[in-house]
Amino acid sequence: MAEVIRIKRGLDIKLKGKSEEVFGKSEPATLFSVRPDDFQGIKPKVIVKDGDAVKAGSVLFYDKANPEMKFVSPVSGTILAVNRGDKRKVLDIRIQSDGKFESESFQKVNPSSMTSEKVKELLLSSGFWPFIKQRPYDIVANPNEKPKAIFISGFDTAPLAPDYDFVIQGKNEEFQLGVDALAKLANGKINIGVNVESASKIYKSLTGVEIHEFDGPHPTGNVGVQIHHIDPINKGESVWTINPQDVVTIGTAMKKGTYDFSKVIVLDGSSVKHPAYYRTVYGAQILNIVKGNVVETTPLRYISGNPLSGRQISADGFLGAYDTQICVIPEGNTSEFLGWIMPRLKKFSVNHTYFSWLMGSNKEYALDTNLNGGERAFIMSGEYDKVFPMDILPEFLIKAILAKDIDKMEQLGIYEVAPEDFALCEFVCTSKIETQRIVREGLDYIRKELA
Amino acid sequence: MKALRNFLDKVKPSFEEGGKLAMFRSVFEGFESFLFVPDTTAKRGAHIHDCIDSKRVMSMVVIALMPALLFGIYNVGYQHFLVTGQEMEIGSIVAYGLACVLPKIVVSYVVGLGIEFIVAQWKKEEIQEGFLVSGLLIPLIVPANCPLWMLAVATAFAVIFAKEVFGGTGMNIFNVALITRVFLFFAYPTAMSGESVWIGTEGIFGIGGASNVIDSFTGATPLGQVGVAQGVVTPIITNAVGTEISTLDMFIGLIPGSIGETSKIAILIGAVILLFTGIASWKTMISVFVGGALTALLFNQIGTTPIMNLPWYDHILLGGFSFGAVFMATDPVTSARTECGKYVFGFLIGMFAIIIRVLNPGYPEGMMLSILLMNLFAPLIDYFFVQANINRRLKRVKK
Repeated sequence: MAEVIRIKRGLDIKLKGKSEEVFGKSEPATLFSVRPDDFQGIKPKVIVKDGDAVKAGSVLFYDKANPEMKFVSPVSGTILAVNRGDKRKVLDIRIQSDGKFESESFQKVNPSSMTSEKVKELLLSSGFWPFIKQRPYDIVANPNEKPKAIFISGFDTAPLAPDYDFVIQGKNEEFQLGVDALAKLANGKINIGVNVESASKIYKSLTGVEIHEFDGPHPTGNVGVQIHHIDPINKGESVWTINPQDVVTIGTAMKKGTYDFSKVIVLDGSSVKHPAYYRTVYGAQILNIVKGNVVETTPLRYISGNPLSGRQISADGFLGAYDTQICVIPEGNTSEFLGWIMPRLKKFSVNHTYFSWLMGSNKEYALDTNLNGGERAFIMSGEYDKVFPMDILPEFLIKAILAKDIDKMEQLGIYEVAPEDFALCEFVCTSKIETQRIVREGLDYIRKELA
Repeated sequence: MKALRNFLDKVKPSFEEGGKLAMFRSVFEGFESFLFVPDTTAKRGAHIHDCIDSKRVMSMVVIALMPALLFGIYNVGYQHFLVTGQEMEIGSIVAYGLACVLPKIVVSYVVGLGIEFIVAQWKKEEIQEGFLVSGLLIPLIVPANCPLWMLAVATAFAVIFAKEVFGGTGMNIFNVALITRVFLFFAYPTAMSGESVWIGTEGIFGIGGASNVIDSFTGATPLGQVGVAQGVVTPIITNAVGTEISTLDMFIGLIPGSIGETSKIAILIGAVILLFTGIASWKTMISVFVGGALTALLFNQIGTTPIMNLPWYDHILLGGFSFGAVFMATDPVTSARTECGKYVFGFLIGMFAIIIRVLNPGYPEGMMLSILLMNLFAPLIDYFFVQANINRRLKRVKK
């Protein structure tokens, strides 16, 4: 094992409402939603219609560019609706669960003894493929390429993020099977980044992977940061990434021979009464787990994902495909008298014009969603660099994207980044610039232009 | 607060598109967002945000400028009573100072903010608070005798041509306050330099007054005195009534000069505030001083004119060097934006300031021109450091 990679730049935002390692009890969700928009970079072609009966693993839609890439139902039941928006864009596919969790048949396999082609075919046709993402562009992995390596971040440093050690405990065998399958797909190694402070028992028991130890504040747990420090992406190269729980999902199917999309998510945030972990399925409606478990004195913001880069959903919304966290925090839709000159002791700032630095690093804050200011042009410099632990100039990259200057974007390292890497920049930005949106648009733009 | 909020909510509709007072929409919004932090929430991207915003940043700079402003007010009065030979009484000193400085602040803000409001309304944008700082910097870098109409013309010129035509706060290439100063300097040279502009001799609003200006009175700034001196040796620098000025006096600041620039104690307090809060870059600030000191030392070695022989610490303490280093060079918008670039940017400002002072007989002060020159070159400095980053990435491929 190589030496520990220590990361200095970054920021741990301590939020109230962290969950203990306990499981909460709730009725299983009955409504599910699969959103094609969760899967960046694909064009869905829906093949089910209202009223169709499906099982877990039944194909719902496929990618027009790669028809062999299927997207499947997480549960068994009936298709309630295929919701479409402007220009008939598919918004989501609603599935009413029958509560039986019947599964399409899936063969028990041992990936180690399969050829690379066979593994690829299996993952594509079975609907597991979309869990693999690629960089550049932060999209669903392109099956026609072979990446130089695969990266798995074994921990999440985002505010209130779930503890992966806890979430995947006892899944050694499944994880190993998943890793074995992935190993067939890449030219290079499977790299797993682990936190030097965690036990990471499962990761360290694996064979056929390379473990890299990391130490540092958020965004050290972002796979992009880890890639940058282990084996950075150059122009023309691609690497694939996948979340640990999704590796387990693939491994589980191969072990049991059934589709089982269950995963463990955490429900937390300052507005949650009893933060806890829950077993659920991707696309599940969150209603049952949040009902009666939130403090509704103020309007609330429900987030699928973490508070920095998650997606806003409603109280009866659905868990995103890649997300392992539901976070509930107060909406900040109130105006504050002369707020910009007040001491604001209950709010958090990295800037010394406020007093958060006096409160010690362990004080937890109940932050709301107020922007705390108006959007401006770039004024302060050097803010982003302090929370962006890559050898990339974030401000200049953002400006290149705004200017739609493809050469500069390439030169400044756009292939290495995903929107989530800019989440902290967005948090600390004095000018309240939507850096994550800009990076997403930049990635989409450059992909379109170079296609 | 509640009553005020309710009142604002009540009158708000008449300022919105189609309302009776829609032509003052941006003014209303400006005041509303000044009184109440807007209730806007993050719609996409990060759901939580740091509570810093540009209003906070700008108001911190204004706070950091307060010591220099207060001392400037006192010093304006002090110099007046010194040369008029009247009894020094703190009440009247401050009263004279206020009578001299406050109108300048009012003119600067009224003209500058007025233009900003109009442009914001015209472009249908939110009012930006950048001018809060510029508007206070401007009165602090002009001589006490600067006529108000000149100040108004110069401020209008700077806000329109140095800021709004580039797109407003954050888009300007040159420091707005310095453009005001440089406009005054070149448009009205007689009112901006020489011996008679620095100290008020006439009464203002009946306060003070030139009952008997002392005969031997010379209003030249210390730098002006050194600049015009003959021979090789640095002359003895004196104050307005001929008493020698020591290095400590220069530090304390009861000397002739632009309103806010004389007291290094006040500037030091401002510098501590700016550096501690992280609003100004210490890299830029320190580099300006290092660049200035080293260049001054270099000229000491040549030493063929009086100003070449001025010690480095006097160079830093005199004129607008410290004020420029602390409040002007560190303006994040017009300075270099790469971290390494800030060292170069600051160093060159300090260097050119001293070079202009020493080698150019026309301008005893070099800080203003030096900062403006480097404002122009800041993007070039950044270019080299960005290129270095790009080259590192390219090299990675070749390996």
